[in-house]
Amino acid sequence: MNFLALIGRVVLGFLGHIGRLTIFAGTAISHCVRPPLYPRLIGQQMIDIGYYSLPVVGLTAIFSGMVLALQSYTGFARFSAESAVANVVVLSITRELGPVLAGLMVAGRIGASMAAEIGTMRVTEQIDALTTLSTNPFKYLVVPRLVAGVLMLPLLVLVADIIGVFGGYLVGVYKLGFNAGVYINSTVDFLEPLDVISGLVKASVFGFLIALMGCYNGYYSKGGAQGVGAATTNAVVSASILILTSNYLITELFFAS
Amino acid sequence: MIMTTPPKIHLKDVRKAFGDKQVLSGVDLDIAPAESVVIIGGSGTGKSVLIKCILGILTADSGTIEVDGTDVTHTPAGSRVVVNKKFGMLFQSAALFDSLPVWENVAFGLIQGEQMNRDEARHRAIETLAKVGLAPEVGDLSPSELSGGMQKRVGLARAIAGNPEIVFFDEPTTGLDPIMADVINDLIITCVKDKGITALSITHDMHSARKIGDRIAMIYEGRLIWVGKAKDVDTAGNAFVDQFVHGRAEGPIKMQLRR
Repeated sequence: MNFLALIGRVVLGFLGHIGRLTIFAGTAISHCVRPPLYPRLIGQQMIDIGYYSLPVVGLTAIFSGMVLALQSYTGFARFSAESAVANVVVLSITRELGPVLAGLMVAGRIGASMAAEIGTMRVTEQIDALTTLSTNPFKYLVVPRLVAGVLMLPLLVLVADIIGVFGGYLVGVYKLGFNAGVYINSTVDFLEPLDVISGLVKASVFGFLIALMGCYNGYYSKGGAQGVGAATTNAVVSASILILTSNYLITELFFAS
Repeated sequence: MIMTTPPKIHLKDVRKAFGDKQVLSGVDLDIAPAESVVIIGGSGTGKSVLIKCILGILTADSGTIEVDGTDVTHTPAGSRVVVNKKFGMLFQSAALFDSLPVWENVAFGLIQGEQMNRDEARHRAIETLAKVGLAPEVGDLSPSELSGGMQKRVGLARAIAGNPEIVFFDEPTTGLDPIMADVINDLIITCVKDKGITALSITHDMHSARKIGDRIAMIYEGRLIWVGKAKDVDTAGNAFVDQFVHGRAEGPIKMQLRR
């Protein structure tokens, strides 16, 4: 095959993909602000995304906080800055690790499940059946997941922040010998509202991206089991990449100046 | 056939292509109110695509699709709610929502489309399940717990629960044993033909086509090459129809064995 033709095909395919995703996102957002909405389905998705992700996000957060305390202590000990451990833990958790790790874990758990569920509905004609039953598939399938993603990720990240900081506290106080009161004071005194707010804004954006990529890849999946499998993989990979990319952009937006 | 009443469904020169592949190459068909038309034809000849164009799941490239005199050819999905309320559809795989119990599948259009109270919708669903010979207890099962024949019956119940004016059947008997296939045929006649509902079916099953159809149309290479009364299909005098009806490998229809 002509090499240039191959490159052209890949580029055109990619651009087509971007265009289709943009239209999909625009359509989905426009349906989010137009009735009818399905509060019952939104509630179900909020439980799925929020409540059922708590164990995995909590575990990730507590061990990340613990490791962070341990690593920063051994690093800072080299230039006698051990007292900064609490500050580093709380800033890292609230600004970066909380939202990013929670986002990545939820992308693996929820993004994959959304793509698999909607993809299976696509290949078994269930989405066509929705249309014939006078139900808009965007409103019924996509909107509840997007709304739930945007609302629940910040709550999950808030919990992850608290658990992550607590993990750092456990290691700091019980392993590294910090005074409990001093550790807590350092944590609270150094923390500013913007640190938490920026993390929550990130979480909201990540929630949107995870739900969007899960729904988009599922909605356009083709073929049978293989197509659904590919959609699931694409949903997780693309959501993870977008989370890391948007994380940088939002950080730049909040803290560059 | 000359129609004295305005057609329920009017198709004029309907065309649809996917990339280079022309699937529908100008389909013309009128279906009268309360008439049952069956479209027969080989795999990949455009039968399902035609039904999906009428339902608005796909958009025809050109031509005219009218339902009750209203042109719906290019009506966007969001504006099709009114016309789609006239439709019921039984999918080949039944396409039941596996996240919902059977009764909620049957009542789906009533709850979501007509905003019917859930208790009332459940009552209607159980009534409709009875019409297709299923006990009320089946309503609480999950679709995955049902046999293929039962899934088709539930699909049929879902298709007729909203009292549609037009019902589409996509291969209603495919994958069923002959006895269950005949049960489904009888149910279609009881639930649809006897109630004066307009029906458009697609099938490979000639026994089913003869039984449920008033008229049969044969599609080949994206065009209807023969349309006539169901009783005339065996004596159509069309070499394509004869070959298909009698299931002969030899004839003008060449099966595409390699792509």
